[in-house]
Amino acid sequence: MTGNSDTLPIRLEQDVVLARQTVRRLAQQLGFGIVDQTKIVTAASELARNTLIYGGGGELRWESVTDGARRGLRLHFVDEGPGIADVQQALADGWSSGTGLGLGLPGAKRLVNDFELDTEVGKGTRVTVTRWK
Amino acid sequence: MDRIPILRMGEYLLVTIQVDMHDRLALSLQDDLTEQITRTGAKGVLIDISALEIVDSFIGRMIANISRMSRILDAHTVVVGMRPAVAITLVELGLSLEGVHTALDVERGMRLLRRRLEETDPVDDRQL
Repeated sequence: MTGNSDTLPIRLEQDVVLARQTVRRLAQQLGFGIVDQTKIVTAASELARNTLIYGGGGELRWESVTDGARRGLRLHFVDEGPGIADVQQALADGWSSGTGLGLGLPGAKRLVNDFELDTEVGKGTRVTVTRWK
Repeated sequence: MDRIPILRMGEYLLVTIQVDMHDRLALSLQDDLTEQITRTGAKGVLIDISALEIVDSFIGRMIANISRMSRILDAHTVVVGMRPAVAITLVELGLSLEGVHTALDVERGMRLLRRRLEETDPVDDRQL
C-alpha cells in the first residue's frame, strides 16, 4: 500500500463503484482471502451508498491497522448530513428511511468484525468498520 | 448512458452482467428487461452473474425484482453463476433472494428454464 491511509470522496453514484474497487484493492494488498474480500467490499458498498443517499455525500477514509500480529483494514464513512435520529431503529433489520431494504447498516455490521456508529442530528454521521485478516 | 446488453435467442432473453454496476445501471437493466419481455413475448430470462464480484442489497433487490416482474409477465427467470464468496456474503448480509431460481452455470440454467416452460406451457401448444 502506498502510505497506509487516504481519502476518497463519495459525491456521485459512480463514487460508490469506485469505493468498492478501492476497498477491493486494499483488501487484496493486505492479503485478505476471497471471502473476507467479498465481505468487506459488500459492507463498503452498503455504507458508501448510505453516505451518498442519506448523508447527501461525504467521504471514505481508510487506514491499515495492526493489533499485535493481526492486520486489518479500517474504513470510515463520514458525512455532514442530517444524522440519524433513532440509531436503534436504523440498526434494526428490515427498517429503512429511504429506498433500500433496510439491510444497509445492520447488513454491513454483520459483514465486519468491528462496527462503530457516531451520529448527531443536524451534524452528520460517521460509520467506522474494521475487518481483521 | 451505458446499458447492459440483452440478447434474444428464440423464446429466451440472455443477460451477462460483466461490469461493476452503479445503481442507475442496475435499475435500467430492470426496466429494459421487463420492456423486452413484453415486446418479444419471451418465456425465459437467463441472467449470468458469474463476473460479479459482489452482490449487495441493491443489486440483490434488483435481481429479486426482475424475477418477480418476469413472473407477472408470464416469463421465468433463472440466475446463474453466482460465486461461492458472493453466496456466503449474501446470506450474512441477510438477503435470501426468496423466489429467485438459481443454477450453477448457463447450461444447467437453460435446462431449468426449458423444464419450467414445458411444465407451464406444453410443447404441442407452442410453435417451435
